[in-house]
Amino acid sequence: MTIKLSPEQLEAFGQELDELRNRTMADLGQADADYLRSVIKAQRAFEGAGRALFYLPPAWPLAVAALSVSKILDNMEIGHNVMHGQYDWMGDPQLNSRMYEWDTVCPSEQWKYSHNYIHHTYTNILGKDRDIGYGILRMDKDQQWRPNHLLNPVNAFLLMVFFQWGVLLHDLEVEEIAAGRRTWGDTKHLHRGMIRKVRRQVLKDYVLFPLLTGPFAPLTLAGNVGANLMRNLWTFSIIFCGHFPAGVESFSIEETEGESRGGWYYRQMLGSANITGSPLFHIMSGNLSHQIEHHLFPDMPAARYPTIAPEVKAIADKYGLEYNSKSLSKQLGSVYVKIAKLALPDSMEDLRRGLRLPFLGRRKATPATPPTPTSDAAEVAATFPRVDVESAVQDADPGLVGAGV
Amino acid sequence: MTLTQTLLRSPLAAALTTPHGVDRYIELVAPMGVVDEVRAKIVSIHRETSAGAPVATLTLEPNRRWRGHQAGQYVQVGVEIDGRRRTRCFSVSSAESKPGDLITLTMRANPDGLVSRHLVEDARVGDVLFLSQAQGEFTIPNPLPASVLLISGGSGITPVMSILRTLLRRGYGGTIHFVHYAQSPDHQIYEAELRDLPPNVKVRLLYPECGDPAYTTEELRGLVPDHAELDTWACGPAGLIELVQETYADSDRLKVEYFKTSTKPASDVVAEGATSFAVSGKESANEGVPLLEQAEALGLSPEYGCRMGICMSCTSRKTEGTVRNVMTGAVSDEPDEDIQICVSAAVGDCTVQL
Ligand code: FES
Repeated sequence: MTIKLSPEQLEAFGQELDELRNRTMADLGQADADYLRSVIKAQRAFEGAGRALFYLPPAWPLAVAALSVSKILDNMEIGHNVMHGQYDWMGDPQLNSRMYEWDTVCPSEQWKYSHNYIHHTYTNILGKDRDIGYGILRMDKDQQWRPNHLLNPVNAFLLMVFFQWGVLLHDLEVEEIAAGRRTWGDTKHLHRGMIRKVRRQVLKDYVLFPLLTGPFAPLTLAGNVGANLMRNLWTFSIIFCGHFPAGVESFSIEETEGESRGGWYYRQMLGSANITGSPLFHIMSGNLSHQIEHHLFPDMPAARYPTIAPEVKAIADKYGLEYNSKSLSKQLGSVYVKIAKLALPDSMEDLRRGLRLPFLGRRKATPATPPTPTSDAAEVAATFPRVDVESAVQDADPGLVGAGV
Repeated sequence: MTLTQTLLRSPLAAALTTPHGVDRYIELVAPMGVVDEVRAKIVSIHRETSAGAPVATLTLEPNRRWRGHQAGQYVQVGVEIDGRRRTRCFSVSSAESKPGDLITLTMRANPDGLVSRHLVEDARVGDVLFLSQAQGEFTIPNPLPASVLLISGGSGITPVMSILRTLLRRGYGGTIHFVHYAQSPDHQIYEAELRDLPPNVKVRLLYPECGDPAYTTEELRGLVPDHAELDTWACGPAGLIELVQETYADSDRLKVEYFKTSTKPASDVVAEGATSFAVSGKESANEGVPLLEQAEALGLSPEYGCRMGICMSCTSRKTEGTVRNVMTGAVSDEPDEDIQICVSAAVGDCTVQL
């Protein structure tokens, strides 16, 4: 997409958002801390209730519901937000982004790298933001179509059902391994943490808690699988509504080179979409229903997003920028349509080009030798998606940091 | 350990409560019942003086994790003020303790000290504080020397009091010389206790601002002629301690403890001073650039991600000094604070763990 604002407008736009950010951050205090603790209390209560109700077989559906709510709260309003550093200012070691571990198979350490750093810094930049299609889906017209994308709907369904496992494997970049651009050995540093976390989660949900319910063990096991599944469906849906509904923009590496702080804000705003709903809905979505606010201010306590949303919208309106906010059903519907549409090539030319490419991967395969550092970040990025991050950061940083200072 | 404690600390309990751990559940119903962390409940609050900034002694009942303390040691005390946990060091003022004993802390409500003011003015009986295990080397040896000299200034009396109380409780028969400097008789804490000590304790309370001689080597020689031959413990403001260190040169008879004094720079905007990178042992003058850049200029390679303050990859611990957030302009001089070095510039002498 082309950037619609002049550099001066971008600068003013950025300043208005910075001012809103600073004003909100300066106001954080007891109420924010109390809120988070009350959500934690609720989550632990649902968890306890869920685990206990498995001893009462007729209450099985209730048990599953309570455990699902517990996992959703843990992963979204608590885990996702705490691990963003939104509550680091509290100085509570248990609610610190470096310490917090969430109730899902992906180790927090690995998720923070791919999410907080890669996804939030390079949001919706094709070739850099690995959250666009998670390496397996075609979620943007500008992604080259290839035959495996015919499976888009199937893959999306599988990703939705097994979402926690998809998030776990995200950092391995399996598609890069399949395409020969990354070797299994490159992922070695991740294995230990993954295995440790998976072992603990599986032991708890699929072995110990079922065994503890004695004769009801099979029911408990099924219930725990069910709760994890409910959480997967819900988080997948909320997250896919954040960046993939119709109207959300993507960007190229070239047009975001040397981006100013205002430019970064611009990309965050146009690269995200909100979901409208009730206060309870916002809590259950970890306030990711305010994806726009979250992407503008990823380290601001998410519970503040609903309050600042009207101001953000007013700023968007003032600069004539789209503020994409629709109901869950509208956003989800448009995501499904996109998943289906993009399974097919856009044109005969697209089809022909796609058929010439290897089955998997996003770009033409190149020999897996380490690149020599070059000043042309785009070129490196085009061949080595993993390495590009480092070199692109170095190249991009005068823009990013210089503008902020 | 009771059966419940054993169960709560078992691998099974850990496996069932993963990833959060047992304490994250216990604390919601019983804050003092946590099985892996030290906490303490305030059981009484006693006002010591009200001249100048008020001083209070808090009596604390630590939970089961407390391992006790040696005379002269300190603890880190954490309290939550306006949603933020603040942690400061305080010397234990009561005699040495074992697990299960009560301990006391005495503190002056320092006008710009958030934590001491909170503890003296706002804390209530029943409040639960976060506590560390006891730390510090300002302790007494075993066996004890034949006689000892204790020197303290102002609130530096607290660890010295712990030593004195411990010696008396153990029935120590040697001579204890105790020289203490305070602002005025009205500011004197533990006044009654100090007036009523056994004859082997020689107490000199001095009030230089009311005409008593201030500390000098000669004055000390006048008070305790054989001071150089005595094992000596001194605690107080940095100024006093420096003078005492001069008196004793490099003698290993002297043990000292002093307060970290605030190094607040004169201006928030102009960069002054230098930053020392404690882990690598490097140091460079502050130039107003983010600490990440300052570290990289020295050849260090701290971890980083976005370099714009959003991903927390670069979070590092600042142990001392003041930094300014270059994005927001917010200035912070909290000790032992985690900062994002990609957007924090030092504005005075700073120490970071890099
Ligand atoms: S490098 Fe991302 S917050 Fe500092």
